[in-house]
Amino acid sequence: MSAHLPALQIALPLMAAPFCLLLRKRQLVLGFGILVCWLSFAVSVGLVRQTLEVGEIVYSLGGWDAPWGIEYRIDLLNASMLALVSLIAAIVLTYAPASLAREIPESKQYLFVPAYLLSMTGLMGIAITGDLFNVFVFLEVSSLSSYALISLGRDRRALTATLQYLVLGTIGATFILISIGLLYMMTGTLNMADMATRIGAMESMRTVHAAFAFFCVGVGLKVALFPLHVWLPNAYTYAPSVVTAFLAATSTKVSVYVLLRFVFSVYGYEFAFSSMPLDTMLLALSLLGIFVASAVAIFQRNIKRMLAYSSVAQVGYMVLGISFASVSGLTGAIVHIFNHALMKGGLFLAMGCIVLRIGSARIDDMAGLGKRMPLTMFAWVLGGLSLIGVPLTVGFVSKWYLIEAALEKDLWWVAGLALLSSLLAVLYVWRVVEVAYFREAPAGAQREEAPLSMLIPTWLLIGASVLFGIRTEWTAGIAQKAAALLLGVGP
Amino acid sequence: MSPVRRQHVILRVVAKLLIPYILLFALYVQFHGDYGPGGGFQAGVIFGAAFVLYGLIFGLERAKAAAPPRIIEILVSLGVLLFAGVGVASMFKGGNFLDYGVLEHDPLAGQHLGILVIELGVGITVTAAMITLYFYFAGRGRA
Repeated sequence: MSAHLPALQIALPLMAAPFCLLLRKRQLVLGFGILVCWLSFAVSVGLVRQTLEVGEIVYSLGGWDAPWGIEYRIDLLNASMLALVSLIAAIVLTYAPASLAREIPESKQYLFVPAYLLSMTGLMGIAITGDLFNVFVFLEVSSLSSYALISLGRDRRALTATLQYLVLGTIGATFILISIGLLYMMTGTLNMADMATRIGAMESMRTVHAAFAFFCVGVGLKVALFPLHVWLPNAYTYAPSVVTAFLAATSTKVSVYVLLRFVFSVYGYEFAFSSMPLDTMLLALSLLGIFVASAVAIFQRNIKRMLAYSSVAQVGYMVLGISFASVSGLTGAIVHIFNHALMKGGLFLAMGCIVLRIGSARIDDMAGLGKRMPLTMFAWVLGGLSLIGVPLTVGFVSKWYLIEAALEKDLWWVAGLALLSSLLAVLYVWRVVEVAYFREAPAGAQREEAPLSMLIPTWLLIGASVLFGIRTEWTAGIAQKAAALLLGVGP
Repeated sequence: MSPVRRQHVILRVVAKLLIPYILLFALYVQFHGDYGPGGGFQAGVIFGAAFVLYGLIFGLERAKAAAPPRIIEILVSLGVLLFAGVGVASMFKGGNFLDYGVLEHDPLAGQHLGILVIELGVGITVTAAMITLYFYFAGRGRA
C-alpha cells in the first residue's frame, strides 16, 4: 500500500467529507473527522520518510503518465507541507468539540466537519500536485470550503467578512487562472516539470512575462501579502476560533508554498529575479507589510484582530526570505512557514480557550486572566514570545536565518529593520500581558481553566514551538535541504 | 392548493406531461455520454431541472414531499463516494487511483465500466445539489 500513499493522502479526507453527511450524528461525525485527520497525518509522515529515502516520488493518477495525465510529484518540500497541514488539522480538530459547542449552532455542527475536511483536502492537494491546473482546482476546493467555514461564525459580521474574502479570493483565483491560461497557450502543457523545461526558450516573450505577473499578484492575494491583505483581518476575527486557528496556521502558508514552487520550480529564480524585478518588489512590500501591519496590530482592541494583523506581518517575514533568493533566505522563509504555523496555531487555540471562558476576545475583558486561566495565559505568553523572536523559541530560529541571509547580501539596513520590527511585536504582546497579569480581575471572577480537551492541543502546539526552538536540526535541517532543492544547488 | 395556482391549468397539465420526458431525456444524456455529447454533469442538471419545474408549478411543499431533503442530502454525498469508490476499487485491483482499466480483464471494458460508474456518481451528486440549491433559495425567508 505504501506505493499508493500519495493518492491516499488526498482520497482519504476527500471521501471522508461526504461520508460525514451520512453519519450525521454530531459526536460520530466529530470522532470520525478526528480519526481521519490523524490517519492523514500518519500518511504524510510516511510520505516524508519516503522522500527522505528516495528523493522525489511521482504518482500518475488514473495510470495516465505526465505530461498528459495529472501527476502528484512529491519532494521533501511538499511532503513536509503535507505533514504540517495534516498535523495542524488533526490537532485543531481534536481541540474543536468543546469550542464548537459554544461557538456554532448545534444544527450546523455536523456540517462543520465535512467543510473542514474539504478545506484540508484542498490545501493538501495544492501542495501535492505537480499539475498547474490541478493547483487551481484544489485552490478553489480549499477556498470555497473556507468561505463556508468562516461564515459559520456566530457574529453576523462573519457574513460580510466572508463576502469580502470571497470577492477578493475570487479575484486572486481568476488572476491565477488567467496566468495558467497564458502559460498553457505558450507552452502547451500544464505539468509543472514539463513547463519548466519549455519555458526557458520563451523567457523574452511578453505573454510569459504577463503570466508571471498575473500569477504573483493572484497568489499575493491568497498569501495576504501587504497591501493585498485586507480580507484577512475580518475573516480571522469573525470566524469561529477553531476555524481561525486552522486557517491562520495553514492557508496562507500553503499559498507561500505555491509562490515558492511557481517562482523557483516553474520559472526558475534567474528569470524571476533578473528579468523580472520580483526581488525588489517582494523586499519592499514585505518590509512595508511587516511595519504597517505590526503597527496596526498594536492599536487593536480585539485580540483575534490583533493576531490577524500580526499574521500579515509574519507573512512579510516569509516573503522577505524569498526575496533574498539565497539558500539561507529560503531556509528562513520555509522554516518560518513551519514555525509561524506552530506559534500562530497555538496562539489562536489559546484564544479559543479564552473565548470559551470569558465569551469575548476584547483586550479589556481579559483583566486578571493570568490568575483566572494560568495555563492558557502562560501558553499565550510563550506563543507571544515566539512571535517576538526571543531565543529558545522558534521565532528566534526564523529571524536568525533571515538576518543571516540579509547580512550575506550586505543588506545591513534590512537586517536592522527586521530586528527593529521585533520591537513592535514586543509592544502588542506586552499590551495583552499587562492586562492579563497586572490588572485586577473584576469582582466575582473565579479561577476557571479551559477543559483538558482544549488545553492539551494548545500546549502541543506551543510546546512544539519551544521544542523546535531548541532542537533546530529537525525543522531547520529539512528547510535547508528543501531550500537547496528549490535553488538546484545539490542537497 | 391555493386558488391562484388553480388558474394555471395549462401550466400544470403541460408540466405533468413534460416532466417524465425530461427525466427520460436526462437518463439518455447520462448513459449516452460514452458515445456522444453528454455525461453526468449535463444529465444531472437536466434531471434536477425536472424537480425544479415541479417545485415551481406545484409549490415547494410538494416538491419536498417528492424529493425529501434528508434523502437528497444523502444522495449528494453518495455520488461523490461512488466516484471516489471507483478510484479506490481500481487501487485494490492493482492499478493507480482512478486507473479503471484494471477493473475488468480487458482494459477497454474496464475503462468502459469505470467511466460509466463515475459518470453515474457525478449525475447523482449534480442532481441532488441542484435540488438542494433550489430548496434553499425557494425556502428563503420561510425559516
